[in-house]
Amino acid sequence: MYPYISLTADAEQEMLKTIGLSSMDELFSDIPADTAFKGDLDLPKAKSELEVAGYLSKLANMNVNTDQAVNFLGGGAYDHYIPAVVGRLTGIQNFYTSYTPYQPEVSQGTLQYIFEYQTMIANLTGMDLANASLYDKGSGVAEAALMCHAVNRKNKVLVSKGVSPHSRRVLETYTHAQKMDIVEIPLKAGLTDLDALKEAMDDNVSSVIIQSPNYLGFLEDVEKATGIAHEVKKTSLIYVANPIALALLKKPGEMDVDVVIGEGQPLGIPLSFGGPYLGFMALKKDYMRKMPGRVVGQTVDLDGKRSWVLTLSAREQHIRREKATSNICSNQGLNTLAAAIYMAVMGKKGLKEVAMQSMQKAHYAAKKLTESGKYKLICDCPFMYEFAITGDFDPVDVQEKLLEKGILGGFGIGSDYPDYPNAMLFAVTEKRTKEEIDALAAALEEV
Amino acid sequence: MKVEKGLLYTKDHEWVKVDGNIATLGITAYAAEHLGDIVYIDLPGEGDEFEKGDSVAAIESVKAASDLYTQVGGTVTEVNEDLDDDPAAVNADAYASWIVKLEMNDESELEGLLSDEDYEKLLAEEA
Amino acid sequence: MSRVNYDKLIFEVSRPGRTGYKLPPIDVEELDPKDIIPESFLTTEDPDLPEVSEVDVIRHYTNLADKNHGLDTGFYPLGSCTMKYNPKINENMAALPGFANTHPLQHESSVQGNLRLIYELGESLAEIAGMEKITLQPAAGAHGELTGILLVRAYHENRGDDKRDKIIVPDSAHGTNPATASMAGFKIIEVKSNKNGTVDVEALRAAVGDDTAGLMLTNPNTLGIFEKDIQEITDIVHEAGGLCYYDGANANAILGHARPGDMGFDLVHFNIHKTFSTPHGGGGPGSGPVGVKECLLPFLPVPVVEKDGDRYHLNWDVPKSIGKVKDFYGHFGIMVRAYTYILTMGSDGLKRASEVAVLNTNYIKERLKEHYYLPLDTLYKHEVVFSGLANRKLEVTTLDIAKRILDKGFHAPTVYFPLIVDQAIMIEPTETESKETLDQFIQALIEIAEEAEEDISILKEAPLKTLVRRPDETLAAKQTIVKYEKEA
Repeated sequence: MYPYISLTADAEQEMLKTIGLSSMDELFSDIPADTAFKGDLDLPKAKSELEVAGYLSKLANMNVNTDQAVNFLGGGAYDHYIPAVVGRLTGIQNFYTSYTPYQPEVSQGTLQYIFEYQTMIANLTGMDLANASLYDKGSGVAEAALMCHAVNRKNKVLVSKGVSPHSRRVLETYTHAQKMDIVEIPLKAGLTDLDALKEAMDDNVSSVIIQSPNYLGFLEDVEKATGIAHEVKKTSLIYVANPIALALLKKPGEMDVDVVIGEGQPLGIPLSFGGPYLGFMALKKDYMRKMPGRVVGQTVDLDGKRSWVLTLSAREQHIRREKATSNICSNQGLNTLAAAIYMAVMGKKGLKEVAMQSMQKAHYAAKKLTESGKYKLICDCPFMYEFAITGDFDPVDVQEKLLEKGILGGFGIGSDYPDYPNAMLFAVTEKRTKEEIDALAAALEEV
Repeated sequence: MKVEKGLLYTKDHEWVKVDGNIATLGITAYAAEHLGDIVYIDLPGEGDEFEKGDSVAAIESVKAASDLYTQVGGTVTEVNEDLDDDPAAVNADAYASWIVKLEMNDESELEGLLSDEDYEKLLAEEA
Repeated sequence: MSRVNYDKLIFEVSRPGRTGYKLPPIDVEELDPKDIIPESFLTTEDPDLPEVSEVDVIRHYTNLADKNHGLDTGFYPLGSCTMKYNPKINENMAALPGFANTHPLQHESSVQGNLRLIYELGESLAEIAGMEKITLQPAAGAHGELTGILLVRAYHENRGDDKRDKIIVPDSAHGTNPATASMAGFKIIEVKSNKNGTVDVEALRAAVGDDTAGLMLTNPNTLGIFEKDIQEITDIVHEAGGLCYYDGANANAILGHARPGDMGFDLVHFNIHKTFSTPHGGGGPGSGPVGVKECLLPFLPVPVVEKDGDRYHLNWDVPKSIGKVKDFYGHFGIMVRAYTYILTMGSDGLKRASEVAVLNTNYIKERLKEHYYLPLDTLYKHEVVFSGLANRKLEVTTLDIAKRILDKGFHAPTVYFPLIVDQAIMIEPTETESKETLDQFIQALIEIAEEAEEDISILKEAPLKTLVRRPDETLAAKQTIVKYEKEA
């Protein structure tokens, strides 16, 4: 009757007899009558796979997906090509049906790929170490701020307005409870106003948070911001990074950055309407003991064989309980694997080529879109593969007209950035062709 | 289970040695055994100030973590830096491996702590 | 699992010049980064990542997978984790391009299917929980707990009541509960369990006051026992002015048989990757939706998915919202799987799932209680906790037992949790196991108990048959090698 339940009527009888009960109802005799739920849940009854698949396919077909329309949306989730091997390997059953490696002897596969992922993230960022991942960039930013607060015991956070507005909102939500003081540093001409940052620095500042490329797509002077942050003793610089952009940019580890947080979704993880994604965190050794999340360490077994285990567990909630830095229990598991596979198969040359092509196509797009003068870039700052244009239009109207032409884009940012009321974001990745970009430019001209 | 003579004890298995104005703090052999192999000790900085009842250090093993609380308020004068490289020294000899030294604000805060005999009795009861 | 000990790191397979990808040739002007980006922002080196071919990648990860025990391989009775079968149709549905290839910032008219799914899943979970509305934003159980306790905080702040700074948890609680309360700015009051393993009602009565913000409880508790006094418990907290939070980790025990909303809970979270069959993925991703009663509606995270006729939209206008706990809307890919499961099982299937889970657990309990020490012989729900071997004289630890279970071909149950049971062994079979599997497991555990009597060294040396044996956790914590470094 239910394909996932193997119990037969005979077995049911035998087992009840063993237990000394005569009916299944008696198994719930410990639930008081005034608490027990009587009757049936107000949900449809069980359905066959055929019916369920039919209904869900219907829902899926109500959407426009990125195979059907050309996607120029960014804003924290990017449409990069996912190589065929990623889906095949993450679909292997002993990867996706296994759980947290509590018994290392039967989980060396999981432990090893996490160790490799940690290595790749540490190397990509040039930092001392990385953890096994956090939920996403937004919660990662919040966890980083809380961690720095736990380390330096200071209460104020200076966060640039160039950091994604979604992530800033998460930061506020998390830190409100701990009575931390969040101060936003304004932008000047599209970039963090470093003079304002310098003004705002004082002995109470626990961390400074800056994103590059920032939400508008522009590249910030992270090294200079780090210098300003470090002028005050025991202040941490948290750099919110894009993993593809890191292939071309100076490594955070070479800039004395304390913590790197980023959204790992561009590394082989589907867009999937916003989740599940992957928050990566890399940091200086000084923060290791207060770092949230899981981490895998290398060791040897009874026979001297190289092997891996979850380690530094004494930091975590199941041991530290109310004294833990964070309550986080899981990591992003399969998404961590996807990112590791992507970084392996694209590798040293591939990640760089993805970044280069995305950058070159975005710059071509910026040039084409602003050729006629109807639209212009909101400012003349260096960018990587996302940019914002402005003009005499309503972003929602533009979005709808583009959708009619089979194009997804751009995204209006005026509500978060009132200085740029009509601005729209466009992201261009290696997936986009010259034809598609030309078509976008033509469509925008017609709006 | 070793109980060193001449020290003061708490029911949370910590010991205090008083020398003039300096209080030296550590954990007992019983505590060390219960923690298992100690892998890391989070030490305070010299000059850090604490009040009675504050946690001054965190002692981590593979499967547990324990705070070292001070029974007297004061300022840290010295930390046992040997424990940075060899935290398991506390397992080897919990009484020789002191953790923190404090200059006390008010020695009378130590009133009410257990004597070595009282602590021995406590251990016998817990067994 | 593999016959061969594949023993290479991807970095050791890497060779200079090898590639595993090919991109189309660039079709626009090739710009030198130095011409458009300040040189001081750029790196001169290639990223330090492996150089491997596609074949290398496939071989490597396929061999790694072989080193894992998965639920599809065999029984995985981890207590508190609800390792139930992961239906394959869930995977197919989540992979539909109409779901997987949609961007979160698309115009709402182009993602009506997604919004409808989120809405309908929310309605289904609300019905199962006995709650008014569900937010699907939290990414995991612990994340759901944090969201929930932040909602509690917002509720009291909104009433202008800033005296309430305590959250009560039982001593049997999972570590995430006190950690969550602490993260949300509360202090913990721990309430001791009584001899039955359930909340000591008098101790709770003594612990509540006008500083009580709320209580966090799971029911059944972490011992697998149903809190019979639950109505009284929630009444006591409500009378003191606090709210009651239900940790849904153990919800698989009561689907369709009891609802937290009917027990007096004001808010709940579910672990979708436990109760609703989404895969555990080697540790994630999960999903931890939170359900609330009416009093907490104003504080829900934004955006809230709403329905207007037959159109669905995202409502960002929630003035008293706690804000956001994630960048976007939650783990949508996991939601698709959970909704597929709920549609497949239906009201009758979910109810059946709980009763079979409870049957399986009590069967194991009955057959093992002669051989393993059962602190409390009573009716259990979906999980049972033993305390080492029945023969207390043997110097065998739960760790030894767990390692020997690996030799018998099963994944070990959860060990050393809950903390209030000495040498705890927590077994949760779930409903998806057959009687034959349970009998094989029971037989293996009885054999282990007998081995312990005959020759304790078998257990002390265990596991003997796995690829690695008791990796040294103390060494790992001391040397803290958390990334690969080439030997100089």
